[in-house]
Amino acid sequence: MVHAQTTVLGGIVVMVMDKNTSRADGSPMPNSPSSMVNQYRLEEDEEEQQDANTKDLFISVDNPESHVTAIETFIMYRVVTRTMRSEFDSSEYEVRRRYQDFLWLRSRLEENHPTLIVHPLPEKFVMKGMVERFNDDFIETRRKALHRFLNKISEHPILKQGPGFLSRMGETVRAVANSVRGLRSRPEEFTVMQEYVEDFSNKICSVDKVTQRIIKEQREYLDELKQYGPTYTQWAGSEEDLVDPLKGVASCVERCSKETEEQIQHLSEVLVPALHEYVLCAETLKLQEEVDGLADRVELANNALKGDWSRWQDSMRTDLKSAFMSTAEKNMEYYEKCLAVWESFLLSQRVEPAEQKDVEDTS
Amino acid sequence: MMMADSGSTEEVAVIGNTDITSAESENNIINTMVERGTALLRKMEINVAEAEKRTGKNTVNMQETYTVYLIETRPAETIPEGAMPAAPDTLWRRYSEFELLRTYLLVTFPYIIIPPLPEKRAEFVWHKLSADNLDPDFVERRRVGLENFLLRVASHPVLSNDQIFFLFLTEEKGWREAVLDTGFQDKVDSRLKSLSAMFRVKNPDKRFTALKQYSDELNTVISQLLRVRARVADRMYGVYKVHGNYGRVFSEWSAIEKEMGDGLQSAGHHMDTYAASIDDILEEEEHYADQLKEYLFYTDAVRSVCRKNELIQYELEMEVQDLAHKKQQKEELLSGTVRIFSLKGMTSKLFGQETQEQRESKVAALDQSIHEGEETVLQKNKECKEFVRSAWEDIERFKEQKDKDLREALISYAIMQISMCKKGIQVWSNAKECFNKM
Repeated sequence: MVHAQTTVLGGIVVMVMDKNTSRADGSPMPNSPSSMVNQYRLEEDEEEQQDANTKDLFISVDNPESHVTAIETFIMYRVVTRTMRSEFDSSEYEVRRRYQDFLWLRSRLEENHPTLIVHPLPEKFVMKGMVERFNDDFIETRRKALHRFLNKISEHPILKQGPGFLSRMGETVRAVANSVRGLRSRPEEFTVMQEYVEDFSNKICSVDKVTQRIIKEQREYLDELKQYGPTYTQWAGSEEDLVDPLKGVASCVERCSKETEEQIQHLSEVLVPALHEYVLCAETLKLQEEVDGLADRVELANNALKGDWSRWQDSMRTDLKSAFMSTAEKNMEYYEKCLAVWESFLLSQRVEPAEQKDVEDTS
Repeated sequence: MMMADSGSTEEVAVIGNTDITSAESENNIINTMVERGTALLRKMEINVAEAEKRTGKNTVNMQETYTVYLIETRPAETIPEGAMPAAPDTLWRRYSEFELLRTYLLVTFPYIIIPPLPEKRAEFVWHKLSADNLDPDFVERRRVGLENFLLRVASHPVLSNDQIFFLFLTEEKGWREAVLDTGFQDKVDSRLKSLSAMFRVKNPDKRFTALKQYSDELNTVISQLLRVRARVADRMYGVYKVHGNYGRVFSEWSAIEKEMGDGLQSAGHHMDTYAASIDDILEEEEHYADQLKEYLFYTDAVRSVCRKNELIQYELEMEVQDLAHKKQQKEELLSGTVRIFSLKGMTSKLFGQETQEQRESKVAALDQSIHEGEETVLQKNKECKEFVRSAWEDIERFKEQKDKDLREALISYAIMQISMCKKGIQVWSNAKECFNKM
């Protein structure tokens, strides 16, 4: 008995099978992309775009597992969907998908909504010196990006709606396109947007490069610190009265090294992925402009794209603001922890209260 | 002005001005200098105030550029409220004169750990720091180092009483002659011998052996520390300066944004501030490096004292051995047996015995030699004991000074780190506020 529910994810009905699904002849229903059937469904309230803030669909991507076949080895991710929507029979569904499946989904979305900004996927291929495709950090980074991808899609007011909306919009599109077909040059707004995308792409790439450079310098600094502390310990071995302060300094340097390590990690895990995402976004946006042969492409006069554009800008601002603030907070934390370490060393060296007062005076 | 602390409470003496003659100033010293052991510094403020470039002809009549340093001295007296302190006496000295003074002290007081001069050429530099001797920063740090040297000498219980040192501070013209007149140059060779000679002492003083070993260890570890610290400084410089690129990029980026523009722009300014802050931080740290360097150079002085002790010990052993040899010779002469092979002994055996007269005169000569030898041994023994006593007194003083100074250096390093952390917190807190406005 087929027990499948459909959800309209960007106009493409996603059949989310539960584990007990089987065909009429008793064989299990395959969990494959081809089971995602393109069906049209009319919706009652298509005019109303759902408020992006009332989330009724929760998707998570987790549990990467290695999947070995005779021909190849790949990673399968578990996609869990939770929903409050009445059209579903169950409130929770689970499937396994691989990276190729995500690629396929995204290309379908782009085909059906050529005017809209579809969130990018993480890169297909590994760059810059990483050898192991199934390296734990790489898989984790990719998993997070896939998670973000599905969530962005599910939040998108248009993309998460049915294709009926598209067909209704399509008529409007054709009408507008016919009226502007005579125009040779693109409208000014479009050019401005294109210029912005070009500039933004440059800037965000620069910020990304600067951040990578900072990480590189920090790593080299950390390498030297790791030799610095032990030299004080070595010195302590020759001394008597100086053993205490020397070992104290060695310990402080060591603790600060650990904090530096965490600082580097935070940069790699928070700021770099955020920047990277928008580097890809910018690339995607640039490419959209170059897609030709679509005479009935919606110009910027179309509200949907305008809305989507300002939506994207808001999203970008929010995401990057959050990433930068998190970085600033982490850096503050780093200095606060190092400060505490050195202050406690100082306290241990000061015996007389008169000298302690000196400490306060210098601070 | 810096005053070193010598712990003595002697009266202030008046230091004459440079117009008086050398003889008169000597009289002043005899009349006004209090008993031995008092540090000069209680009476006198010493300051290396300035540095200036000069050009002139050197000993081989070639034009050269060199730096001179202004030494100011002033009697240390309490100045009444509102009154101006008396103008200091001043004279100019160049680095080579400081070197001459130090060499004089080294040979005149071989049992004292003589304070080191600041380095002649810049070493242990991290890449942004200039290794050029004429660089203003280097000259400035050297000025501080020279002042430190003078203060160390002036607060030393033994060195501070030295006449030549006093003249160095007060007598610009006649000083060089005065130093050479002491005839210290003759002792220079002997000192070099003690440093480089490969002799073996039969019964080395264990305390000196341990001290020499410690000194070598300290030399190795401080060298290493200075090297690593310079590399750490280099890397820290890199991290801070790269953040300056954020400043530039944020500024450019803010130009194309509407809502985000202000936040980005002001955050960028803070990144510039952050990048610029490293220059002051590292300049301060250089002072810490200089404190370590002083003790690195001190290890050479300690080693020098140990070697001198070895030489004296060796000379004593040689004299003792020599005396024993002579005594044995006498014994052989008297008993007629040849225990020690000598060409003379053999030839006399081969070519006939000497007469009774000849033998008696030989014995008499030997007796004289033995007597002289015994005197020498006594003398050397006394010298050795005296050296050990006074050296060890200074070594104990040095150890205390070293522990105190280095402990303070480490504490001041911690204070520098704390200051750096506070600056960092401030900058990133400001940046965070700007990001918040994005």
